[in-house]
Amino acid sequence: MRKFKEFVIEKLILICGIASIFFVILIFLFLLKEGLSVFGTVSPFNFLFGKSWYPISEPPQLGILPLILGSLLVTLGAAIISIPIGVGCAVYIAEVAPGRIKEILKSGIELLAAIPSVVLGFIGMVTLVPLVKNIFHLPTGLTALSGSIMLAFMAMPTIVSIAEDALYSVPKTYKEGALALGATHWQTIWRVILPAASSGILAAIMLGIGRVIGETMAVMMITGNAAVMPNSILAPVRTLTATIAAEMGEAVVGSEHYFALFAVGIVLFVISFIVNVTADLFLHKKQ
Amino acid sequence: MGKIITKNLNLWYGDFRALKNVNSVFNANKITAIIGPSGCGKSTLLRVFNRMNDLIEGVKMDGEVLVEGKNILNPGTDLVSLRKKVGMVFQRPNPFPLSIYENVIFGEKIHGDSVKKDKLHNIVEESLKSVLLWDELKNRLNESAMRLSLEQKQRLCIARLIAVKSDVLLMDEPCSTLDPQSTSRIEELMRELKNSYTIIIVTHNMQQAARVSDDTGFMLLGELVEFRNTHEIFTAPRDKRTEDYITGRYG
Repeated sequence: MRKFKEFVIEKLILICGIASIFFVILIFLFLLKEGLSVFGTVSPFNFLFGKSWYPISEPPQLGILPLILGSLLVTLGAAIISIPIGVGCAVYIAEVAPGRIKEILKSGIELLAAIPSVVLGFIGMVTLVPLVKNIFHLPTGLTALSGSIMLAFMAMPTIVSIAEDALYSVPKTYKEGALALGATHWQTIWRVILPAASSGILAAIMLGIGRVIGETMAVMMITGNAAVMPNSILAPVRTLTATIAAEMGEAVVGSEHYFALFAVGIVLFVISFIVNVTADLFLHKKQ
Repeated sequence: MGKIITKNLNLWYGDFRALKNVNSVFNANKITAIIGPSGCGKSTLLRVFNRMNDLIEGVKMDGEVLVEGKNILNPGTDLVSLRKKVGMVFQRPNPFPLSIYENVIFGEKIHGDSVKKDKLHNIVEESLKSVLLWDELKNRLNESAMRLSLEQKQRLCIARLIAVKSDVLLMDEPCSTLDPQSTSRIEELMRELKNSYTIIIVTHNMQQAARVSDDTGFMLLGELVEFRNTHEIFTAPRDKRTEDYITGRYG
């Protein structure tokens, strides 16, 4: 009887384990099945590098280069803003902050992570967007820059908490060794602790960026959603995610437009897969 | 005149009194061993000399600790130059996760303003030669120090101190992770180094103290019970507690 119980539980756990992979595979297969159909009308090259996205004109023009560039521009901007602040914050929490401030900061970061993206988008829309418009004298503040700034706030909690873990796991003996050689606190951080934690910090950055690439709601609200080739960070852009979210509702099922949106999904899937695998490589290199 | 002198040194971790009225004189160009059972305060005493106890929250000290005549417990003490002068070798070898070369010049890089490359190279060569690592490692200087054996790592940590021209080497159980052969080679190195350095070694291992040291201090419950010439303390201890410890009645 006991043996039977063991057997059942073991198999149940096995099923749970397999289920997650199974679902991922199913989702990917479904994406592939729907998305690849689009390549009957447009070649993969023209799809990825076509400069116009007019899915409901006649005939439809299905080039997603402006969307890819939009995503890259917003992500790059968010990375430039969030990486120094996020890593700096992690260093402060892990190495500098006294006990009480550390606790306050950590719960603050957790709170930041808990803000729904639609709320961030909404706040950005009424505060940041007019600000950007006025500072740069633009016709509209709905730009890639506004999106980058808002998304930086979303990447920050991930970067801070994972980078902080990486900094904590640097053996204390390194720190002692550096201090005992007469290094100042800052020299110890810069020359020993950061290099020792570098792979974990890179993983933190990649996961933060992964979150930014996949983010939809906030970017849809504040980047202006113009599917044109962006010529500067101060121009309105549209990201891959926002395109799917905005257009899926009105695409006729089975139309080229519908299949094209699934193909956009495949592109997104591949990008976040690459980012996550890279992050994983860094994390494993650490051990 | 001793290199390091403590006068009525007391140390508290919060309410716990870890050192009780320690009076001692550590002489230059000698190896002084501090022995005693776990938790007796010997590592704490060692970490007073380069103020590493400062890293622990709630540490309080009073009394005097004179290093070359200057009281290092004064609030105005320049910790950077103190730690340059009084270097420390740890229980677990702790080279930085950098190359061998970078490990040796680490001190020079953080202290020096702008040092020329060939001068740095000389420093690396001399420091590694004085710990007898040069011949083994001269062709591997750019490899990560993490790949070395434990003994090589510990030697590298000593080379790191020689590179910044420390006068005093504090060694906190430097051989406790090493095998017997490596231990005896490190001990040999210590004997060689004592001509130019003041060495203070904390050790669990009484035989090691007897083998390498000139003076020995025996500590128990935060008190420096007996502090004399090593030969005397091992052959004719004056205090009953010392005798009990070295004859193995406890500890």
